Amino acid sequence: MNPATVPANPPVATPFFFYLLAAIMIIGGILVITRRNAVHSAMALITTLLAQAALYLMLYAPFVAGVQIILYAGGIMVLFLFVIMLISIERTQKERQFNKQWLVGIAAAAALGGLFIAVYTTRTGGRTLFPEGRLTYLEGENTQRVAALLFDRATGTYMFAFEIASLLLLVAIIGAVVMAKKRI
Amino acid sequence: MHGAIQYILSYLESNQTPGAAGNVFWATVYILLVFVGLSIAVIAMNWLERKILAHMQVRLGPMRVGPHGLLQPIADALKLLLKEDIIPAEADKIVFWVAPFIVVLAAFTVFVVVPFGPTHAITDMNIGVLFMLGVSSLSVLGIVTAGWASNSHYPLIGALRSSAQMVSYEVAMGLAVVSVILMTSLNETSTGTLSMIGIVQSQLAQREWFIFKFFPLGLIGFFIFAVAMVAETNRAPFDLPEAESELTAGFHTEYSGFRWSLFFLAEYSAMIAVSSIAVTLWLGGWLRPFPNALPGSTWELVFSLIPGFTFLFLAGMTFYSTARMPKHPLFRVQTIGLGGFGALLALVGLILFIPGVRVRVQDIFWFSAKVAGFMYLYIWYRGTFPRYRFDQLMKVGWKVLLPTGLALLILTALVAMRTELLADLRGAWRP
Amino acid sequence: MLEISTLHYLVLGAALFLLGVIGVLTRRNVVIVLMSIELILNAVNLNLVAFSRYWQGIHGPAALHGQVFSIFVITDAAAEAAVGLGILIAFFRNKETVNVDEVNLLKW
Repeated sequence: MNPATVPANPPVATPFFFYLLAAIMIIGGILVITRRNAVHSAMALITTLLAQAALYLMLYAPFVAGVQIILYAGGIMVLFLFVIMLISIERTQKERQFNKQWLVGIAAAAALGGLFIAVYTTRTGGRTLFPEGRLTYLEGENTQRVAALLFDRATGTYMFAFEIASLLLLVAIIGAVVMAKKRI
Repeated sequence: MHGAIQYILSYLESNQTPGAAGNVFWATVYILLVFVGLSIAVIAMNWLERKILAHMQVRLGPMRVGPHGLLQPIADALKLLLKEDIIPAEADKIVFWVAPFIVVLAAFTVFVVVPFGPTHAITDMNIGVLFMLGVSSLSVLGIVTAGWASNSHYPLIGALRSSAQMVSYEVAMGLAVVSVILMTSLNETSTGTLSMIGIVQSQLAQREWFIFKFFPLGLIGFFIFAVAMVAETNRAPFDLPEAESELTAGFHTEYSGFRWSLFFLAEYSAMIAVSSIAVTLWLGGWLRPFPNALPGSTWELVFSLIPGFTFLFLAGMTFYSTARMPKHPLFRVQTIGLGGFGALLALVGLILFIPGVRVRVQDIFWFSAKVAGFMYLYIWYRGTFPRYRFDQLMKVGWKVLLPTGLALLILTALVAMRTELLADLRGAWRP
Repeated sequence: MLEISTLHYLVLGAALFLLGVIGVLTRRNVVIVLMSIELILNAVNLNLVAFSRYWQGIHGPAALHGQVFSIFVITDAAAEAAVGLGILIAFFRNKETVNVDEVNLLKW
């Protein structure tokens, strides 16, 4: 059975799931930046990343959700946890947790927040910001379409970027190994 | 009320998984069925492991608790539930409490996409294999945090070793899986697919299981995955991080009672999950033997009778053991128990002969039989092979399996695209 | 409020970006600063994927440019996290601290 020819089913309870996942992400983000213990911050970040993967599924982007789970939650966060454990930081838990320039930092973030609010509440001559169309696309064929954009001879426009990304990863591997060696 | 019944019954005519059909009720029913089936499978695995290991070591294993030790897993579960819950003194309580749940969540969520039949999966995601590999790699997080939260040396070293091992063998697993995905794109009519049901259907369309495709490339890929999956689940011979003579049980040393049973449950579920991946990708999933070579309704009938006969055979063996029980009055309860168990197996076998049940269940039976074969392999490995030392373990993962996987991927791509490549080369050489 | 549109996702992305910026600018522990950078990159990814769905509505089902770009951003984040943590380990080996205020070896 070809999934592209099966009619789309309406998604179930979208606003409830969106607000639930958004709340999880915001609370996770707040926990990341306010916890004293770095392992607690890392676990809050993992929760945020997994909620974000679920949001990607709601946006009909299952391939990006899969990549997020494998790379971010299963790779980068494991790296973070390893480093946190290798750098035993029980001492830092008893010190202050905000740095010397925290006031300037909060002021800059407030300015940025004001900029965001100004942008998102603007009304340019009566038009709203993002007019919506009716979208009923399935997630079937998503991987194939992403692959077509990346690799297809006729329609692929991101092949060069793909190769450069692999070169970037090679440079990062060599750099990380050299940085962490005891004697170069 | 009528709308609700209509909603429930409307799924039965569709030929999709409940997730794809959007039917929440049947998706929940399937989730509960998978959960119950998984729990029964873990309990059975516990008993089977102890008995099979014992018989391989020329001893009998548990014999006392129920007839032939059949109630031993229940006794173990009761003991674990009633044990005192000890938390180490300086341990981080939140993280200590959360870590087993991460591992269990990762091990159980994988079963959302496992295909027991063409429509017998909870859902059929477009990224099925990617989802399974990704979510099973989340259990590394649980192990690392469990080792760190115990605030003690052996668990920390065990956790770091275990997670390093799991991360290393995930790379080899990924390469073997990618070479199979390449093979799925060789269908005549449809494109390649990552969806688990799509992979089995492409094996059906290409008329051979992927383990035999491009011989010996499929076989080498299967072998790489079979070795990597044993290392991924921390089982013998790769169980140094949790072996009792080496690291006093590694990352779950400080966990007692119910929390330890969560780790144990997660380990067996992860074993079943990676075996499901191997069965789906290489061994044809739910397909019965020779679906294309021996088609037709008579062969369908013959093969659909096999599940019933298997259970009747097991019931027959149980009745034979009942007859051989000692004729002592103290053994009367056990004899009756064993006879009852045999009667239960015979009843299941007879139910599996009913035509309606037969047609629906035979896919599930073939899938479960293949996964059960893998479980037996796991136990066999444990009883046979000596343990790898940790540096040997990492050497095998990075220096043997990874280059073999890369070479396999390149060779598979070359062989799969040989006609296009030759046409391109001939075109390029034209003056 | 009840019909989830692109604007909802963009506002959520902006909120996460703001949280990440606060984390980068105010925390003392270098590892948590790096984690806040990951939060910023995730907010950017959310924006990209939300716009990809909006673009898909206009230009047809195969116009998934936002999703492809977000895959590159995730790759980039992985590379940057690896190198950043490597630098952190090298620094920690020299000075035994993970305090942002004390990363001042080049100060005269």
